[in-house]
Amino acid sequence: MHEPTIYEISVEGRQGVRFPQPDVPETQFPENFLRQELPLPELSEIDAVRHFSGLAQKNYSVDAGFYPLGSCTMKYNPKINEQVARFPGFLHTHPLQPITTVQGNLYLMYHLQEYLKEITGFSGVSLTPAAGAQGEFVGVKMIKRYLEEHGQSHRNKLLIPDSAHGTNPASATMNGFDTLPVPSNSNGTIDMDVLAELCQRDDIAGIMITNPNTLGLFEKDIVEVTRLVHEAGGLVYGDGANMNALLGVAKPADFGIDVMHLNLHKTFSTPHGGGGPGAGPVVTTDRLAPYLPGPIVTVLEEESEDTAPLYGYLTPEKTIGQVKAFQGQFGVLVKAFTYISMLGAAGLRRVSEYAVLNANYLLANLRDTYVVPYDGLCKHEFVLEGVWKDIPDIHALDIAKRLIDYGFHPPTNYFPLIVHEALMIEPTETESKDTLDAFIAAMKSIAKEAREDPALLHAAPQSTAIGRLDEVKAAKMLNVCCLPQYNQ
Amino acid sequence: MFIPHTYEETISMLKTIGFEHIDELFSDIPAPLRNANLDLPEAMTEMEVSKYLEEISQANETTQELMCFLGAGYYNHYSPAIVDSMLRIGSFYSAYTPYQPEISQGTLQVIYEYQSLICALTGMEASNASHYDGATAAAEAVLTAFYQFNKKRSNVILSHFINPQYAEVIDTYASDLPQVNIIHHTAEDADIPSLIDKDTALIVLQYPDFLGNIKDYSAIVNTAHEHGALICVIVNPIALGLLIPPGEWGADIVVGEGQPLGIPLWFGGPGLGFFATSKKMIRKIAGRISGETTDANGNRGYVLTLTAREQHIRREKATSNICTNQALLALAATVYLSALGKHGLQQVANTCYQNSHYAAKEIQAIDGYTLINTEAYYHEFVISCPVPVNEINNHLLDHGILGGLDLSEMYPEYENPVLFAVTELNDREQIDTLVEVLREFSHA
Repeated sequence: MHEPTIYEISVEGRQGVRFPQPDVPETQFPENFLRQELPLPELSEIDAVRHFSGLAQKNYSVDAGFYPLGSCTMKYNPKINEQVARFPGFLHTHPLQPITTVQGNLYLMYHLQEYLKEITGFSGVSLTPAAGAQGEFVGVKMIKRYLEEHGQSHRNKLLIPDSAHGTNPASATMNGFDTLPVPSNSNGTIDMDVLAELCQRDDIAGIMITNPNTLGLFEKDIVEVTRLVHEAGGLVYGDGANMNALLGVAKPADFGIDVMHLNLHKTFSTPHGGGGPGAGPVVTTDRLAPYLPGPIVTVLEEESEDTAPLYGYLTPEKTIGQVKAFQGQFGVLVKAFTYISMLGAAGLRRVSEYAVLNANYLLANLRDTYVVPYDGLCKHEFVLEGVWKDIPDIHALDIAKRLIDYGFHPPTNYFPLIVHEALMIEPTETESKDTLDAFIAAMKSIAKEAREDPALLHAAPQSTAIGRLDEVKAAKMLNVCCLPQYNQ
Repeated sequence: MFIPHTYEETISMLKTIGFEHIDELFSDIPAPLRNANLDLPEAMTEMEVSKYLEEISQANETTQELMCFLGAGYYNHYSPAIVDSMLRIGSFYSAYTPYQPEISQGTLQVIYEYQSLICALTGMEASNASHYDGATAAAEAVLTAFYQFNKKRSNVILSHFINPQYAEVIDTYASDLPQVNIIHHTAEDADIPSLIDKDTALIVLQYPDFLGNIKDYSAIVNTAHEHGALICVIVNPIALGLLIPPGEWGADIVVGEGQPLGIPLWFGGPGLGFFATSKKMIRKIAGRISGETTDANGNRGYVLTLTAREQHIRREKATSNICTNQALLALAATVYLSALGKHGLQQVANTCYQNSHYAAKEIQAIDGYTLINTEAYYHEFVISCPVPVNEINNHLLDHGILGGLDLSEMYPEYENPVLFAVTELNDREQIDTLVEVLREFSHA
């Protein structure tokens, strides 16, 4: 049963929300600019509520169940976050208001800046970037600008491990860098011999590194990696997507990283929203801080006996420039601030402890059933192969789809690219032992079905209202808009 | 709190792994790096944090307490209750990007409907699932045009009358693509056609422009198309309730900030960048796209389509790195437009127009104040004031009024210019109050 579209349930003459008539003398709208048709649907309020509530029921979510999507940190999103972010004082403030009227917002941003610096060990921060990918774009551009200002423009190669997220090479290209892949060794970490050889080149701009990497392994040679790159004249970008493994355990600044982004919608539990909004603050060292994008919140006047400090904005002198309008994804920042305030230092460390405990518990229970290409102590996530030698026509995709029939969201599949038929599993700290045990049982049951009744996997999912969708048809018979007049 | 494990469960899980103490889980991290003792404030309970955040929020003065005549890219509109009540549904906001279509049809259909509504508003044929905001959508339009011509055309002309923040973001995005040449036009738009040649990739215009003017761009569009160049138009989505959409007068890309469509001000974010184009260009644009298809039984459903354009497939060959976008805000806009419908949006659009014209006429009538806009304008307009704008704004604030944006630095060609924005929330009483306070400067 498909839910009709808003256009299919539209009935001429309906209107869900009405507004008062203007109470000012009328001005004629210029005829030559007046549109003839406005092809919007017409719904009553209840039509719209039922429609969107119906669609909501067709979504899987963290609120509904276990979501072990590797590299995405689908942890529970506390309800209080949603409530406080909607306090009228936050909701109804305009980004261009005079600073004296938004001291609450600026206080919050200033302290969130301080918290993120403390958590990562860096000395500079900008909350502006809208998402992790934009944080990467910012960090790589800061490296570019730094090299240019230091007469190093010939350095145009960024090293990128073959296990990296796709955003890393894309961010490098957007900033005019070429990329050089760095292979992983048989342990799943950076091949140090190859890295050392690459660092002999005189055109190395730096490296983009994720630690723990996308196999869930801590790059134990990280200090040596950053030392080699620095000695070669390059800088080190840290992809903070996997920060959930390190809170209160280790500070990335101590690794020798120069600049990194954080994903507040992952690590700090502001929700993912079905694909955003996120927030991707960038933290950095003194060396690169002058290149950060503004505005950054600062104390303009220190507090005195009878007055609070006055917060305001500053834009660093050598900034790479503005990367979005205004100050950042403020509503998301409120949620991250709330989360950190509730957890404190000990709570944040517990987050990482239990994220890593949960991942290792799953791994310990699954390694006899599934092939683990890079086995050992993992951090917050790990990668299995979704394929067995004796049943070659079962693929990671089949296992993923069958998990849906067991009531679970599938893991990330086919990433990282260095694992054949990858299933990348990140349980997060908010899942109980009971949930993990149920997931383990499902994974084992599927492995059994793969041998005994493979058709169950190939036909999965069967518990959903629709089956596997024809993606080739979607791309070929492109239909991305339901208005008939625009869709011929 | 958010970690459910009991002590016994923790011990038993550790035992399964072969450990006794939880610290052993980090034994693979070199010891010198394991020293992250965090200096953070004491943890708070939910009750404490709620009170704390409420106090912080109350240190702000809001647009509910102040009369807001500030716009310049972000606008104070009424958001009906239905919008936020849909945003608070856990299965919308706590879902990930819809990578598993069988259990993500809710989000995928919302994106598809959102794309349809954006097409309806702009008069374009295709839209993506959103960008971070209007400014980054405009920057991505520049990159799209650059790659559309296989990097062979370098010039991008920015009208003097686009939002200056958008111009700056475009500069940042293009700053390390040496073949791209961003030209900041500093004269009237009427002079733009003389700059267009075979090296022009894109002309970026705004409609209504940053100063509120509604202009006929047909001369620019015609010249651009004669030379094979593309036109990108930044629009205000509420204004499109009344205005002829750019799709009908030849725009190739239409972008804008979707915040006015039911999204709260939220101090500037999260907002919603929308991006619409023609069907023939859709394979070159950035971002996610939801497309209709069927399953093996012929049931209709939606998937993320044309994904081969995106960074997770193309990696260093991708033209953009965007992945996470503003999906939940796209839902907000979809609910807003569905609930208002054709007539509701026309009503809001018209009330903004009526209120702003009443305000402009009343202010213009005060001695010493001049309206800069000489032709048609929408819900923003520029007034040249008798004294510096900051003096006026300070005085307005004392009277509970959030004045307009001071344009003195951005547009030095005008004397003491201030950009007022007037929406459906600024009724006659508010406007009359504004006029009364402004009158106090009339003989200054």
